[in-house]
Amino acid sequence: MIEPAVAAAPPRSTLAVCRTLSFPMRCLLVARRNYIVWRKLLLVALLGHLAEPLIWLACIGLGLGSLLPPIEDMSYLQFLTAGMLANSVMNTASAEAIYGASSRWKFRRVWEAILNAPMGPADIVTGEWLWAGTKGAVTGLVILLVMLPFGLIQSPLALFIVPVVLLAGLSFAGIAMVFTGLSPREDLYTYYFSLALLPLMSISGVFFPVGRLPEALQIVAHVLPLSHAVDLVRALSVGKVPASVLLHVTVLLVYATVSIVIAVAVISRRLTR
Amino acid sequence: MHALTVELLRKSYGAQEVVKGISFNVAAGECFGLLGPNGAGKTTTLRCCLGHVEPDSGAIRLSELEIPRDARAARARVGVVTQFDNLDVHFTVAENLVVYGRYFGLRERECRALVPRLLEFAGLTEKGDAKIETLSGGMKRRLMIARSLVNDPEVLFLDEPTTGLDPQARHLIWDRLKSFVAGGRTIVLTTHFMDEVQRLCDRVAIIDRGALVAIDSPAAMITREIESVVIEVHGASMPQWVERHGRPVAARIEIAGDTAFCYCRDPQPLLRTLDATRSLRAVQRDANLEDVFLKLTGRDLRD
Repeated sequence: MIEPAVAAAPPRSTLAVCRTLSFPMRCLLVARRNYIVWRKLLLVALLGHLAEPLIWLACIGLGLGSLLPPIEDMSYLQFLTAGMLANSVMNTASAEAIYGASSRWKFRRVWEAILNAPMGPADIVTGEWLWAGTKGAVTGLVILLVMLPFGLIQSPLALFIVPVVLLAGLSFAGIAMVFTGLSPREDLYTYYFSLALLPLMSISGVFFPVGRLPEALQIVAHVLPLSHAVDLVRALSVGKVPASVLLHVTVLLVYATVSIVIAVAVISRRLTR
Repeated sequence: MHALTVELLRKSYGAQEVVKGISFNVAAGECFGLLGPNGAGKTTTLRCCLGHVEPDSGAIRLSELEIPRDARAARARVGVVTQFDNLDVHFTVAENLVVYGRYFGLRERECRALVPRLLEFAGLTEKGDAKIETLSGGMKRRLMIARSLVNDPEVLFLDEPTTGLDPQARHLIWDRLKSFVAGGRTIVLTTHFMDEVQRLCDRVAIIDRGALVAIDSPAAMITREIESVVIEVHGASMPQWVERHGRPVAARIEIAGDTAFCYCRDPQPLLRTLDATRSLRAVQRDANLEDVFLKLTGRDLRD
């Protein structure tokens, strides 16, 4: 092909005034890049977020649930939907922090390009964490919107589900980022979902109350974050102030902050080798 | 004034020392080449210069800033074209430039204002809305270069900028890089192509096994390091000819496969012995940078 005529000299820009960016701003720019890509594929993305929880709800909530008595003073569908919402936040945030982040890290080399700008590993890891947590929260909020017309939201208290899913999203995103940083190979990622998240879902009060478990498993469930997110969302969806709300929030906060600090350390080490 | 100074740079990975005390300066306005076999330490040296890897010892100053301490500030003043394209496939050509400019603290509208000129420079004016996967290899490389210029850099680092490109694409990229240097700015590039060095570089450093083995202008290096004429001889009776007639008259002979590379200052005595040996074929040419490179780094495969 014939190449178009090219300019004689490179553009010495009078506009390109580089400004020093603050750490929060740098993190937000990393998250923003992912947000712009997500927005481009919005419909497909939302369908992906919603398909799995809705299928679970239809099958187990409506189908199996119609055979079950009420649990904790609520219909089984109500009980399950709240659990499913928290579980979807976990799944979406984890998938983004593992498959999404590692694709941008190793496969698409997006991180490599960003690192050659005045950006550092901590900016990237923290930005990816913010994005994955937010994406998890968005999934939770979309399910919340779907619950509305079915009468599954019974009080304005449910508005507090917004900060709860954001906090839960950041907890699960942080833990998953640590896994991404520690995992030596991509083929191990699937085990995070089958050997960690699936068992976690089964003991965290998504399908039945944690109290039905053997005592040892109850302790495990309370040490891990999902049961706390489930309890918060479930109480708020029926208009109750959750029992031991401070404990639940503290556990999620600790998971979120400790995990992101570890993730930054682990991934920074690998990026600067 | 120096755009880049590297002093006694050392870096080990485990027990293996990949950079063993390299020192060099790059003057502002210069095009500087780093040559070396695969695994010689070129990419590690570049990564140290950009602050991505912390050296074990040594001092680096880039654009008058201390590396790695002020690496982020220094990267605001430099552009980088990596060995493998890392364009964002989810964005169009123009979006790639705009999104990337934001990382340098440019505002959205400032980035947009830069796009037409950057695309013109890269010969991609018509391609602003094109998707990345529709671009040819040469176009992607030019877009990589355009993207590396969003911050109006003083120094441009390029890691093998034309590997894998056809001759037309390479010539266009050389032309763009020349005009970048003509604007008073500095280029540091690594390459395996000797013609690329001879066309572009004011000075070149040859690195082997983590150490700097020569540094000079390409022409001076050829004059100093090697005899001026090479005669390549091949044919069935080559080994016997080399021992009986070649060695006495050539300054130096290297044998690689079925070819003897005979280096000499005066080719006439050698050509006369060849005339007498009908079964041999010979090609005479001037010595070039590749001959210097092979003399200094050897003919053995490195990986």
